[in-house]
Amino acid sequence: MKLGYFTERPYRWVKEEEVLKNRAFFAVSNAQFDREKAADDYNYFLDEACYAEELGFDAVALNEHHGNPFCMGSVMNVEAAILARITRKVKIVLIGNPLPVIKHPLRMAEELAEIDLISRGRLVTGWVRGAGSEQFFNNANPAYNREMFNEAHDFIVQAWTRPGPWRYEGKHFHYRHVNPWALPYQKPYPQMWIPGVLSPETVLWCADHAYPYIGLGTSLGPTADLWDFYADQAAKHGYQAGSENFGYLIPTFLAETEEKAQELGRNFVYGGGQGAFSRPEHTLPPGYNSKNAIRMLAKQPGGSWLGISREKINAEGGAATEDVNYDEVRKKLVAGFEKAQRNHQILIGTPDTVIPKVKQILDVIRPGVFTFFAVQGPVGNEDRMTSLRLLGEHVVPAIRDYAKEIGLKDPFTRLPGKQKLTSGVQRDPVVDRDALKHIKFEG
Amino acid sequence: MAQETEQTIKAGGTELTLVRGGSGRPLVIFHDELGYTGWMGWNEALAAERELIIPLQPGFGKTPRLDWIMNYRDLGGFYQRVLRDMNLGQVDVIGFSAGAFIAAEMAASNPDIFGKMVLVGPMGLKPEDGQIMDMFDKTIRTHLVLTVWNTEAPEFAKIYGGDMSPEQFELFEDARSETARLGWEPYMFNPSLGHLLQGVTDTGTLLVWGLRDDFTPRGCIEAYKKAIPSAQIAEIPEAGHRPEIENPDAFIRAVKGFLAD
Repeated sequence: MKLGYFTERPYRWVKEEEVLKNRAFFAVSNAQFDREKAADDYNYFLDEACYAEELGFDAVALNEHHGNPFCMGSVMNVEAAILARITRKVKIVLIGNPLPVIKHPLRMAEELAEIDLISRGRLVTGWVRGAGSEQFFNNANPAYNREMFNEAHDFIVQAWTRPGPWRYEGKHFHYRHVNPWALPYQKPYPQMWIPGVLSPETVLWCADHAYPYIGLGTSLGPTADLWDFYADQAAKHGYQAGSENFGYLIPTFLAETEEKAQELGRNFVYGGGQGAFSRPEHTLPPGYNSKNAIRMLAKQPGGSWLGISREKINAEGGAATEDVNYDEVRKKLVAGFEKAQRNHQILIGTPDTVIPKVKQILDVIRPGVFTFFAVQGPVGNEDRMTSLRLLGEHVVPAIRDYAKEIGLKDPFTRLPGKQKLTSGVQRDPVVDRDALKHIKFEG
Repeated sequence: MAQETEQTIKAGGTELTLVRGGSGRPLVIFHDELGYTGWMGWNEALAAERELIIPLQPGFGKTPRLDWIMNYRDLGGFYQRVLRDMNLGQVDVIGFSAGAFIAAEMAASNPDIFGKMVLVGPMGLKPEDGQIMDMFDKTIRTHLVLTVWNTEAPEFAKIYGGDMSPEQFELFEDARSETARLGWEPYMFNPSLGHLLQGVTDTGTLLVWGLRDDFTPRGCIEAYKKAIPSAQIAEIPEAGHRPEIENPDAFIRAVKGFLAD
């Protein structure tokens, strides 16, 4: 089991009412940006990653978003490069670089190779398509998102493995001279872990490549379904999926007392939390999702998909034009926060209350990588550090022992795709549905 | 009443679905970026004297998407081949919004292809002043509302009123996706088109603009006028970006008069 620490590096000084009024973090004006506070925070978040290493975490994870105070990681590779130098042991896990948004896979191959070299082989590189809003910020054509993702990924693998110089003429990318003089330290190249929020296409793509799939706080039932979907596809490719093929990330906040944990932990829904990452019109730009995904969305008018329902898309978008009753909005957000805790989608408390919940999650979905996602919103450095310390001193050792006890292997202990499965032989289960029955979920 | 029919023909190297109705000399119609709306009053009025041929754009739900078409110039080239395959010879054309972009690209690369060209709220050129409204950063509902100034127009309700069915939702998303594929960047214009349009000297051109059009601003008309100085301009009062349904009488009068000259 690899245990990781992750934070969005929130811009903690954005006023909540600005976000609520805008109905999202994305597109809140940067007129509020305070360079002194941001300078402090960029440095603080790097210190936090170092502290996670000191406490015994196996990995620190970074991500990238653009034009959004929800996450200050606008250019994640810069932070990763610094961590490569100032940390010594931890894996530096990128979840992940938004390939279609960056639109320069050769440059990406060089940057990541440098990070892997400086860290002497501690990079785990993941790829994402980039959230919908990223397509707007970077003017990346959403209708070619999936194509560009696939092409950029295939190109990077080639750039790392095929001796140059050679010329590349693809559909979306063209290079006259591919011959990077920075190649990864790890051979043939760093592991790739792919984060997602349950897009079946991405899960399938991961299984096709035997890449670990990291569920980002996804609810346990559908996560178990998708793990099975992955494992079935893996079986078609002749391998047995196991815990090494799966990772999970969950919002977690700890404090010395339950009361304090609850009080500060509710900052996970500050400004609306993840559900307010971007407004519907920015979340689903045209062509960003597959035809099947759109059809599914169209036929489930009452449902929600990636937090977006057809009603929301049908509705008029934009920021709030009417007066907003902020107290009412906050009341609803807190109710959602409490429900998410009951559904094991957010972990809040002390080590005593959080450890059993993590164990329950491990029992059900059996991931080989488990990452704690730090609190959002205006929580001070001291409280964030306390949460991290409690995780590192109590939760991490307990979970490491438990993972060993139930046989969870990580992708470094057992390489994904290496457990061969003979054709015609029934694959082993990858999730425990009996364990799922022990958790009561609210609809 | 003209009996319009939908048919699928082999043309342009694909199975092209088109709508035909009316009788008389052919008049090609290129629908806008949201797709064919169905047979409206203006169709009926023009079909009294002309045979309307309305190809349904590849990737908009009926005609299959063609992967090689990556911009409006590609699409214009495709439609040129379609017209050749149909042996239509020189025809008149009406293009709406992005459909006008298609027609303009065709005329720019083949100035003899159209006898007369009507461009309604045309995209395709960078406006002399202002910007073409971004349709991609809006929900479909907002997009629809912003295109139309006169939302009381009976045909607006006929097309877009009531609940959106899953089928309609999917068609809109098809149309928006394909439009993004072709026109995301530069957004719904081609920097070289204006230069090439300067070679279009013998095609009678009418630029139609709803006086309340916030979607393609007046600067779009000015850009076309600059490229084709002989072009006439018809301003339609009480109408936004959809003058054909917002003020159909004025629209029909202007277009019929121009085509009859």
